[in-house]
Order: sequence, then C-alpha cells, then structure tokens
Amino acid sequence: MSKVLVLTEFAPGSNQAKKGALELFTATRQAGLHTQALVLGTGAQGVAQSLAGWGVQEAFVSDHADFDRYNPELFAEVVASAIRDSGAEVVLATSSMLARDLFPRVAARLDTAAVSDCTELKFNSAAPQVRRPLYAGKCSAEVSFLGSGPKMILMRANQLPVGEPTSGGAVQIKTIPSPSNQGLRSIIKDVVKGASGKLDLTEANIIVAGGRGLKEASNFQLLHDLADTCGATVGASRAVVDAGWVPHGMQVGQTGKTVAPSLYIAVGISGAIQHLAGMSGSKVIVAINKDANAPIFQKATYGIVGDLFDVVPALTSEFKSLLSQ
Amino acid sequence: MRVAVCIKQVPDTETKIKLKPDASGIDPAGIKWVMNPYDEFAVEEGIKLRESGKATQVVVFSVGPKARVVETLRTALAMGADEGVVVDAADDLDPSLTAKALAKAIQAEGEFGLVLTGKLAIDDNLASVGQMLAESLQFPHATVVSKLEVGEALIAEREVEGGSKEILSLQKPALIGANKGLNTPRYASLPGIMKAKKKTLKEHNLAGLGLDVSQLKMKHVAFALPADKPPVKMLDGDPANQAKSLANFLRNEAKVL
Repeated sequence: MSKVLVLTEFAPGSNQAKKGALELFTATRQAGLHTQALVLGTGAQGVAQSLAGWGVQEAFVSDHADFDRYNPELFAEVVASAIRDSGAEVVLATSSMLARDLFPRVAARLDTAAVSDCTELKFNSAAPQVRRPLYAGKCSAEVSFLGSGPKMILMRANQLPVGEPTSGGAVQIKTIPSPSNQGLRSIIKDVVKGASGKLDLTEANIIVAGGRGLKEASNFQLLHDLADTCGATVGASRAVVDAGWVPHGMQVGQTGKTVAPSLYIAVGISGAIQHLAGMSGSKVIVAINKDANAPIFQKATYGIVGDLFDVVPALTSEFKSLLSQ
Repeated sequence: MRVAVCIKQVPDTETKIKLKPDASGIDPAGIKWVMNPYDEFAVEEGIKLRESGKATQVVVFSVGPKARVVETLRTALAMGADEGVVVDAADDLDPSLTAKALAKAIQAEGEFGLVLTGKLAIDDNLASVGQMLAESLQFPHATVVSKLEVGEALIAEREVEGGSKEILSLQKPALIGANKGLNTPRYASLPGIMKAKKKTLKEHNLAGLGLDVSQLKMKHVAFALPADKPPVKMLDGDPANQAKSLANFLRNEAKVL
C-alpha cells in the first residue's frame, strides 16, 4: 500500500496535533492510505499516541527539547532521514512558516520537489492531485510531479474538512535517535514572542483587516475589539503597513501574506489589485467601506456602505451577543 | 568578503493575468516585468554591505530568458551591484533546477561569504529556491530575515508566526532570504544607469552548466482563472440594522460564524 508521512506540528504544551494536521489525516484516512506521522519536540510522544483515532499506523517520534525551536539544519537532517526510513511516496505538512522553510531544503537533499501553499488535495487512488494559487490567486494551476522522489506537499490550513477521531487502534512508535548538535553552523540565540497569542494570518479561520479608511494607527483598536469577539486575527492593507501603522507581518496581499480564511472582513480597504489577489480565496468576504464604488465590493459576498466608525462597533456588539448565546 | 545576490524577474503586481488558450501557462503579452520586490531588499543589503566596507564585491545572478532577464540585472547594476551573471533558460524552470543552476553559476565565480535572495518570489510563491540553493552550496540558511548584522558571524532576525521573532547566529558562508523591513531599497540614479551599461555581464546556459530540463521535478499545468463570484449582497439600513443582518447572514446563510 502507498505510504504517506505527515509532519505533525503541535502547540508547545498541548498534546494535540494542530488542526491543519488533522485536516491532512482526515484526507489520508479517507483515501485509505498507510499513514505515518513525524512528531518532533517536547511532548511529541503524547501527541503521536493521540493520533490512533486519525488512522495513523506508525509515528516517527523525537520527544526532545532540541526540536522546540526550529533550527533548519537540525530539522533538515532528521526529517530527510525519517522520510527515507518511512519509505513514504507522499510527504504532507501544513504550509506553516516552519514547513515552508524546511521542506524545500529537505527536498533538495532528496532531489525531489516540494510544493507550498496548495489549496486543493485529492487522492486518485494513491496519487496526490494538488492545485495551488499563482500570482497571489490571480490564477491557479495543478502540479505535475516529474521526478521519482517522494512528493512533498504543503497544504494551506483551513482548506480541507476535519473529520472525527475513531476509537481504538494504536500507533506504533518509532523513536528517532537523539539528534547531534555537533557541527551545526547555525544556532538560535533567542526567540522574542509576539504581543498576540493569536493564530498567524496564514492559519486563521477568521480575519479582520483594516486599511486607510481607519484614518490613524490607534483606530486599529476597533478591529482588535471586533476580532476578540470571534477569535479572529487582525490583518492590514499595504497602504497602512507602508505608512508604518502596523508591522509587515500583518500585511495581506501579493507582497504580504496570501490568505484564505473562512471569513474575511475588510474594513476601510478600497481593494487594490494586489490586495484582492492576496485574499480572494477566502470563503466569505465582507466589505465595509464608505465608498460604494470601491473595487473591494466586486469580490465581496456581503457589502456594507457606511461609516466604519459606526458600523464596526455595532458589529462588535452584535457578534458579542450572538456568540455568547 | 564577496556577496552573491540572486534575483528573479516577475510580472508587476498591477498585472492582470490572462491565460494561454491551451491553459498551459499565462499569456505573456503586455506584461510589465520587474524585479521581484523581495529581491530588491537583497540587492540593497548587498550594496550597503559593500558601502560599509563589510563586503568587497556584489555579484547579481538571475536565471531566465536572457533577452528579458538582463534588463532586471541591469537594474541591479544601476542600483550599485558590481557584476551580473545570467543563466539563459526557459521561463518556467522549477525551484530545484533553478537552485542547481544558481549554485553552479555562483561556484563558477569563486568564493562568496554571503548569498542573498528574496524570501520568495511573488509569481509562483513557492518560497523554495533560497533553501534549495543553500542545500546545493552546503551553506546554513535563514529566510524571512528583516534584520541582519554582519561580523565574524551573521546575526539574523527572522519573523515567524504570530509576530514572534527568532534571532539566529550563522557561520559564514551562509544564505539569507530577505523580508520587507530589512532596508529601504534605493532607486537607480541616472549616473548609476549610465555606469551600469559598462559593467560586466556574464552569460551561461543550462547545458554549459551540465544541466537540462530532464532534471525538472515539477511543473505547473492546467492553469485556471478564479471562478466568478456571485454578485455582492448589499446590506442596507442604519449601522445597527446592517450589523444585525450581517451577523444573521454569517451565521445562518454562510454558516461561518
């Protein structure tokens, strides 16, 4: 049977795989593939054992603090050898910052292809069929794999349904020998935690994004208030990033992050082509703008023409009462 | 220390993308080609390092159709890079073959202490060539770097999820993938443009580097434009009513709340 290996990320301290990984397991289980997991970092053992209900048969595990921080050299070494040992023909991961950095390096070592940011994944018997956006979503294309090496695929989060775990079953744990730090030419000196504990834009299920219509940086607080009611992550247009109101990490668009949440609420964003390209893959788009002719309305599912300084607080209180029910 | 900077030519972000009739790719007619925005940060960083005496020479490399790509190399030379190297190749090489071609072209130019790239190219968004090139050259790498200090070692600050930052120390030689915020790229000045015309521009092709397209690992096929969206549903009334009906639609019709 065709073998699949899934790089399984989990939040430190939790013993559950991230939702993105569960989306992947749901897909491989449905396709009836022989699924293996690769789990690295403190707590990996517990996470691996929790995967039995997701159709995972074996897990390569290193429950080791060296993997709590991402060192590209160390990860590349361990992940490349796990892929070799697993005999996997397909290697999957969520298109996270870590995997996007790691997979190409591993692919080069294995002389194969890694494709990031895929938005569709199907299995034709065992062969993966993937589609991904190009030019930040102005068009899309299927990927044709040409080599004989393992097909490395990074799926964007929130694109596939998550099923329910079944009961019973057991995961056979294969412990990876402790990594050697000898000869590493790069080390992580420090990690500075961001202010918010929110999901990254690329993983967020709901995004509230602001543009020049907010008039000044401090008014982003209105968006944070709205976002807090529904667990959303706050994003921004290029104009306000260039103006220095918010950091570049918050920029949505072709020169920022390409996003595809279930719900995207654009507030005071007129909709430049490079912004629209970066968010038009969102399932539902809400536009709030005072200009009825703003291009953003052409991409929107629901539109509100009005003063955002009235509409957003009204929406915040509406969401609050709706979601507290 | 010499610095190699790898750049890619991409369609301008304002470009409307049209497809070839057989859906095998995009229609190149009318496209304005520019330097990938993230590569501008890489070029600027290289030039700044030379200006501050930390680098001795900046060589820019690009892989693609020569006739077109040399324009972008000339832009980098006009900004202040010293020499350019083009590897003449088809437009749609995959990251694997691109990285191999860059590695061979870089090695043909001698020793470099630092290789700079953009963190990704805004056309295919694969974000792969930098890491693959680092692997080919056997260099350590860091991508999405928004701050770089060059001393005995390289100290790189990279942005990760949720606004967190990692600070890495890398031994030279190393590869760094530039993010926005690393610097403010300069525009090419008129004297810069004049000088660029006299700067050396070397040329390779894939065969000359011992490579060919049979080594491709992937290809984009079956291109499609996004499906048309149904028309927007406009919500009327005063803000309180608009908010109420939006919340209602999001929960009961779209089922996303």
